[in-house]
Amino acid sequence: MPEDTVTNVVFAGLGGQGIIKASDMLAEAAFRSGYDVKKSEIHGMSQRGGSVTSDVRFGREVFSPMVPSGEAQFMVALDSTQIDAARHVMRPDGLIFNPEMFLKDGQTFDDFDKNPGSPINRRNLNVALLGVLSTHLDLEESVWLEAVYANLPEKLHEQNAAVFAYGREVGKKA
Amino acid sequence: MTDTSGKNRMLLSGNEAVALAARDAGVALASAYPGTPSTEILESLATLGGPAQWAPNEKVAYEVALGAAFGGARALACMKHVGVNVAADPLFTSMYTGVSGALVLVSADDPGMASSQNEQDNRRYAPAAGIPMIEPADSQEAYDFLFTAFEMSERWKLPVMLRMTTRVCHSQTVVTPRAKGLDPLPTHFEHDIRGRVMIPGFARPAHRRLRAKLAEIYTWGETMPLHRRFDGSKKLGIITAGVCYVHAREAAPDASFLKLGMTYPLPYNMIKEFAKSVERCVVIEENDPYLVDACRAIGVACEGKAEMYRFDEMNVDRVRRILAHDESPEPVRPPGKPPQLCVGCPHRSALSVLKKLDCIIMGDIGCYTLGVLPPVDAMDSCVCMGASIGNGLGLRHVLPPDEARRVVSVIGDSTFVHGGITGLVEMAYNPPPTGHVVLILDNGTTAMTGLQDHPGTGVKLNKKQTHKLSFEDLARSIGITNVHVFTGVDPAGFEALVKQSLASEELTLIIARRPCLLSVKKQKAQPKAAAEKTNA
Repeated sequence: MPEDTVTNVVFAGLGGQGIIKASDMLAEAAFRSGYDVKKSEIHGMSQRGGSVTSDVRFGREVFSPMVPSGEAQFMVALDSTQIDAARHVMRPDGLIFNPEMFLKDGQTFDDFDKNPGSPINRRNLNVALLGVLSTHLDLEESVWLEAVYANLPEKLHEQNAAVFAYGREVGKKA
Repeated sequence: MTDTSGKNRMLLSGNEAVALAARDAGVALASAYPGTPSTEILESLATLGGPAQWAPNEKVAYEVALGAAFGGARALACMKHVGVNVAADPLFTSMYTGVSGALVLVSADDPGMASSQNEQDNRRYAPAAGIPMIEPADSQEAYDFLFTAFEMSERWKLPVMLRMTTRVCHSQTVVTPRAKGLDPLPTHFEHDIRGRVMIPGFARPAHRRLRAKLAEIYTWGETMPLHRRFDGSKKLGIITAGVCYVHAREAAPDASFLKLGMTYPLPYNMIKEFAKSVERCVVIEENDPYLVDACRAIGVACEGKAEMYRFDEMNVDRVRRILAHDESPEPVRPPGKPPQLCVGCPHRSALSVLKKLDCIIMGDIGCYTLGVLPPVDAMDSCVCMGASIGNGLGLRHVLPPDEARRVVSVIGDSTFVHGGITGLVEMAYNPPPTGHVVLILDNGTTAMTGLQDHPGTGVKLNKKQTHKLSFEDLARSIGITNVHVFTGVDPAGFEALVKQSLASEELTLIIARRPCLLSVKKQKAQPKAAAEKTNA
């Protein structure tokens, strides 16, 4: 990516799905990598199950905390019903990552939730999708993990490292 | 979060930056009532171990902070934009009394009304009250400007307003804090009867003193480092302030800029010189035409924004449209999913009973206001904190009896403490002919703003126990004859109680007491988290 390019990622979903947490992790990874970072979302109603979006922007210098229309290179959608509400910020060639990319033919999320051996479930989809996103961004994997750990209690570190790695594998194949 | 590169960098929201600056600036007391988008300032300060406490409402918060500043301390009062309406009475006269230490008022405005009942522009308060106003554009400025606000307040012995907006409060940006903060000021009370007792004879000279101080601040402001000028292309010059600056810099990177740090008093000469230096001068601001009207009043030829851009937040897209004179309708975005009362929320069943009984429901500010939306559909008004009781009484007085008997006032526990108590006093003082029924939906927390404690919970911001206000005892002492506490989960029992209360034509307070589901979850999680810490 050229020096003066700002990377814009928009997160979309519903209150309670881990949108803010996922955007915190990306912002932290970019921040720890020495970039100027701005992150913006509206609080206040998110606990009531309404739509939540969060913008993360990083680069050499970032001005507005909100991604202008048509300038997001990536969208992380934790709920596919919420993609349309944020689509206007996407660049025409922007990439959208949503939970369905983890499903093989005929699978549903119930299959993951029922199977204790499954690497992912509904609760850690946010970290899995960050794993996918990470394969498109020039941030060190070790910094990503630091950022994930910094936002989770220690007992969840190992499990989420595995989820993040799973997301990276899916991202590399996609 | 802190950078690991060794540089002293942090990624903070504007609210967190204000909290950190308050701690570093040696603030002795910070008082506030929770309100989006300002709530996290005091929560963060408390987390940092700072002297932060919730007040019952913004008027009390401001008065407590003013008292601390009378005693020589640095004090902070924080509130959302409509909170300043509540605190406006002490605010205006505090500009006459001034302070001995320092006092900063944080006004957090909510352009676009992410979580508010109106879109008022509190920049209007600055000239109205005569309070100097400075506006940060990001978290670094929020940190730095709080120090400046205290320096100004100490120098001129006047309260100073730090005016923020939702995007500045909630966006996270990079902050480099000061290596060394300020020591707290020594506190002491010095009698100054003519200076602080605002009877007319003392207030008249006090008003003149205020205007003289503002004239000095104006002169200082013409050279102050808080304003920034960038000389870019002479073809376009943009005058702006606060978060609009970063939107405008992005939309017009080649333009010249005058970024105003202090927006009251305004640096008129600086504005005139800047406008003269460019071919086209445009003022970019959110909401009201505050800056552009001021510029035009001093004869500066400049463009403002079309009326359509008064509404909602500014952003990069809108700045581009304003600069291109584009007044075509803005693209309509697909609506997101609206928030709603949680499934299983005790407010739902209470409001559904009122709906079933065909009540006229005077509502209030809080989670239960979401009861206006489907599937509950049970609310007839929502004006301001505490208005439900007065509104209900007014209706009871004038409606035909068959309609008056259906009026109920519905208010939450935190809102009742904030602005409902005097309504209850009015109810006992001027009882309507058909009586009245007030329903306190007591879920034991300030739920809407994120589960803050209040005098009715008996817990302080620092989680220490304190006196717990009893609504029952309070109501009885006010003179409310019937006080019922309903803790059941049985809608039929609640319905019978409401029916009986409406039919009695007496003054009745029903306290429907069941904890907020989210707070129960939080309370369950807290001891567990504490136990984990102990084990670690």
